This record gives sequence, C-alpha cells and structure tokens, in this order.
Amino acid sequence: MSGYLGYAIRRLAQFALVVFIGVNLAYVITHATPIDPVEQSISVVTSYGNTAPAAIEEMRKSLRELYGLSGSRVEQYWVFWKRILRADFGPSLSAFPTPVSTLVVRALPWTVGLLSVSTLIAWGLGTLLGGLAGYDRTNRGLKLMGVVAMGLHPIPYYILALLLLIVFGFLWPVLPISGGSAMNLPQTLSVDFVTSVLQHAILPALSLILIGVGSWFLGMRALVSNVVTEDYVVYAELAGVERWRILSSYVMRNALVPQVTGLAISLGGIFNGAVITEKVFGYPGLGSLLVDAVYAGDYGLVLGVTTVSILGVSIAVLAIDLLYPLLDPRVKVR
Amino acid sequence: MAAILRDLLRHNLEFRIGAVLVGAVLLLSVLASFSPYPPQDVYVVPPDLPPSTTYWFGTTSRGQDVFWQLSFALRNTLLFGCTVALISRLLALAIGLLAGYSGGWIDRALMSVNDTFIVIPLLPLLVLFYFVMRDRMSWLMLALIMACLGWAYDARLIRSVAMSLKSREFTETSLFSGMTTREILMQEHLPYVLPIVFSTTMNNMVWSIGLEVTLAVLGFTDINTPTIGGMIYWANQHTAMVAGVWWWIAFPTIAVIMTFIGLFLLAVSMNDYIDPRSRLRSVGGAS
Repeated sequence: MSGYLGYAIRRLAQFALVVFIGVNLAYVITHATPIDPVEQSISVVTSYGNTAPAAIEEMRKSLRELYGLSGSRVEQYWVFWKRILRADFGPSLSAFPTPVSTLVVRALPWTVGLLSVSTLIAWGLGTLLGGLAGYDRTNRGLKLMGVVAMGLHPIPYYILALLLLIVFGFLWPVLPISGGSAMNLPQTLSVDFVTSVLQHAILPALSLILIGVGSWFLGMRALVSNVVTEDYVVYAELAGVERWRILSSYVMRNALVPQVTGLAISLGGIFNGAVITEKVFGYPGLGSLLVDAVYAGDYGLVLGVTTVSILGVSIAVLAIDLLYPLLDPRVKVR
Repeated sequence: MAAILRDLLRHNLEFRIGAVLVGAVLLLSVLASFSPYPPQDVYVVPPDLPPSTTYWFGTTSRGQDVFWQLSFALRNTLLFGCTVALISRLLALAIGLLAGYSGGWIDRALMSVNDTFIVIPLLPLLVLFYFVMRDRMSWLMLALIMACLGWAYDARLIRSVAMSLKSREFTETSLFSGMTTREILMQEHLPYVLPIVFSTTMNNMVWSIGLEVTLAVLGFTDINTPTIGGMIYWANQHTAMVAGVWWWIAFPTIAVIMTFIGLFLLAVSMNDYIDPRSRLRSVGGAS
C-alpha cells in the first residue's frame, strides 16, 4: 500500500503543478500584454451611446477593482489567485448581473456529459476494434476500418463537424443540428426532455467519436501487433488456450496499459475539440460560452471559463492517473 | 537521402499517397506567386459565379477568385505550420536531449513541466490570448505562442531516445575524450534523433494547422491575411452554404483535408521506416 501512496502523492504533486502553471499562463497572458481589458470593456459599453466623462472615469475605477487590476503587480498576482481559489470571477458583463460562476456552473454539466460519454465510447470502441484488428490481421472488414481510421483521424474537429452539419442540416435533415434540447421543453427529468437531450447530443457526439475512434484504433492495433509476437502469447497458443481467452486476458490486458496513459495525455486535446464542436452545433456548454464571451467582450467570463477548463481537465487526468494502478500492478512496485 | 526516398516510394503505399497529396497542395500554394490579383483585394471579379472554365473554382461573394484565394491561403497556412514546427522542434530537441542525457533532478524537473504542457487544454488559453490582443494579433505572434506551447509531446519522445543513447558505448568514449555536454549532444546524439524529428514535424504541422483553422474559423486570428480557416470564416460570414455558394466552402475544405491526410500519411510511413521491424515487413522480409 505504501507504494501506491507514494505514487498517489507524486500524481497529486503533478496535478498541483499543472494547475499552478496553467493559472500562471492565464495570468501572464492577461497581464503582460500591452492591451488593457478595462479599456476594452469601456469601449464595448460606450459604443452604444454617449456617456459622461465623469461616469466613464467612475466606471474605469470600478472595473479596475472588479478585474483585480488595481495596486502593484504583486498585489494583482495575489488577488488573481485569491479569486481563483474562491471561484469568484465577478459578474459577467454580457449577462449582467449574473455572476460568472453561475454561468459556468450552468454550462458545465452539458460539456462534462457530452465529453465523458463521447470520449468513453470513442475510446472503448477504438480500443476493442483496434485490438481485434491487431490480433486478426487477415480480416477484410477490420483492414478496411484501418484505412477509414487513417483517413478520419487527422481531420480537425471543426472540418468534420462542418461536414456533418452540411450532411444532416442541408442534404438530409433528420437530426436537430443546434442547441442542447428542444426550446419548448422545461428542463426537468421527464421522458420528453431526456429524449430531446439525447437526440440533440447525437451529432456533436458523433463528430467527437468519429475523430477519436481513429487514433485509439490505430494505437491499439500497433500495440497489439507488437504483443502478439511475444513468447508468452505463442506459448499460450501452443498450449491450446482458447483464442478468445488469449485475446482478452493475455493480449488486450497488456496492450491496454499504454492506451489508458494515452487517454490521460490526450484529454486536453479532446477538450479543445469539444469546445469547437459545441460552437458548431450551438451546444450550451463551456465551449459556446467561451466563444460567445469573446464576441461579447466579456473579460471575466473568458477568464473564468479558461480557468475552469484547465482545472476540469487536470482533475480528470488526476482521476485516470489514480485509477491506473488497478490496471497495471507494476506501478506499486516502482 | 535519395536512396531512402526511392525505397519509400517503391515499398510504401502510404508514403506514395501522402507524397501525391502533399505535392498537389504544395504545387497549388507555389502558384500563389503567379496570381493575377493581390490577395487582399475584393471585387476584382464578378461575385458568386459557379466553377467554370474562366474561374476554375468559382468566385466568392466578395468578388474574389476562389482558385487564387485558395492558393494564397494554402501558402500562408503551410508557412504557418512550418514556422510553428521549426520553432517547436528546436525547443523539443533542446529540452528532450538535455533531459534524457542529464537524468537526475534536471530530468525530473523538465519532465514535470513537460507533462504539464501535454495536459493543459491549449484552445482556451489561445482564445484568451486573442481576447487580450484583439487587432494586434498577427500570424507570426500566433505561430510563436503556439510553438511555445506545442513542443512537449515530442520532447518526451526525444528524451526517451536520448536516454537509450546515453548508455551506448560511444557516449562514454566521447565523454572520456573530453567533449563537453553540448558537443556530445550536438555532434553525437543529434544525428540519431533527427529521423524521429522529421516524422514528428509532420504531426506537429497537422496539430498547429488544425488549431489555426479552428481559431480562424471563429474569427480569432488576423482574418485579413488569407488562410484556409480565414476563407471558411468569410464564407460563413456571407452564409455561403445557405446562399448556395457551396464552392466557397467546398474547395478550402477539400484542400485542408488533403493537406491533413497527406501530412499524416507521410508521418506514418516515416515512422514505419524508422522502425526496423516494420521496414523489414514492408520489403517482404521475415519479421
């Protein structure tokens, strides 16, 4: 057990470092650039009409206070951290006076739901099929899958989402292409609402799965085709162990370990994809919130979503890392 | 080098397809130098014409020739990818070689930072960066910041190779003959790592161009410089799909998919070539 404890402490330290560097990056980007977010917000507000100079001066002062831009650099840095630890990003300017944290909390379940379901499906499907393809190299269907995976995998999320949108929005309109659920339904746990949510999730999830499945398929196929040539697999085959058992507990189990590491590593990239997919399909998650916040010039909201997404992704990675020893007992020994 | 290319062309189908796709894209981008119109001018041709013999890929609602616009866009996009790849390669090489060769706490510290950069979701950070910079955002600045964020994955790969090189005999020989760390890394280890660097270059370009397209489509880059994402952005702004100007979106999309699949296949075939087991299999030898 002490081995696992040491491992867990190391992972926690890494988690703390990820959050620390991520937040510092956000700080440097917002504070070291020559452009003042306060002046930007003021220009957004004053663009709708004339405002008295004295009022603008007042506004400037309160915005500086609000964004934590008053005082010395050290003070600003301190305030920045304090706000993040308290999850307090002030009121949102585009949805005034709703606090940023409320907006983020409202959007978070959509993103987490979409992302976790589609990632798990893509990972599971890709790993399973890739394992089969690596083990049985003669199967025509699996070979074709390999070719399709190679073609789909490098396409960026946006392009694939756009293609799906064109196909299901213009050429063959059968699925809802925008929103998280039908507008006229109350957001309660009724059958209608749940079916509507699922229906609306099909296209965004499909675009995430189609791209994700390819890389897991290719990765697992390569891993399995290496494991298959190992001596213990040949020995098991000679000893007459059933093919299904060889595949599941001799080959797959060993090849699965790097796949789990791969899942932890690529989570950040998958999140990037989800951001853009949400925007394309108008899904009411963090991605749409972020993009709309930029269009509206809402500094607090952009900063809030960025910080929450860094936190969220690193928590997910930490969770995968902590579960990892269940799969690979060798971690305890190291 | 020529022999390697000949081998790859002869024995590797993926390399052949990849080379054809990337070659076609490169050719189109080189044509940009012969364009009859400057890239930023609008209303130089009649707007909204479908593809014809005069305008091969049709014209946009902004009165631009899609063919020439696309060739400028491809040139800029590829240039962007190359710039990011070049700078991030230098970073990845320096950090990977140093971490792998030194080991100990330098290795641990560098790899902790490295893993952090692998995990952090970059798109929100880039969006934040655009939000702060707004109109002062140029493609060079975007390339620089993406290079600073995109070296981590390959640094880890290079480190693992450098670690195995460290235990080889020639490293000790050069150490005893009085070479400094820098000399050992530059003269002895670098040549071994270079093939991997080439294959990661392609993957890195796929990554950076993908992010650039994403940002540009949302309008989060310098949208006045034509890039692939920028073209799609303008097409969306003019609701090209609804207006029936499909060629404005279709041709950039086809071009960018060709670029991605081409680069990816080149990277895959390069990896196959580097791995001696799969190289043997491909020329028909025993595995």
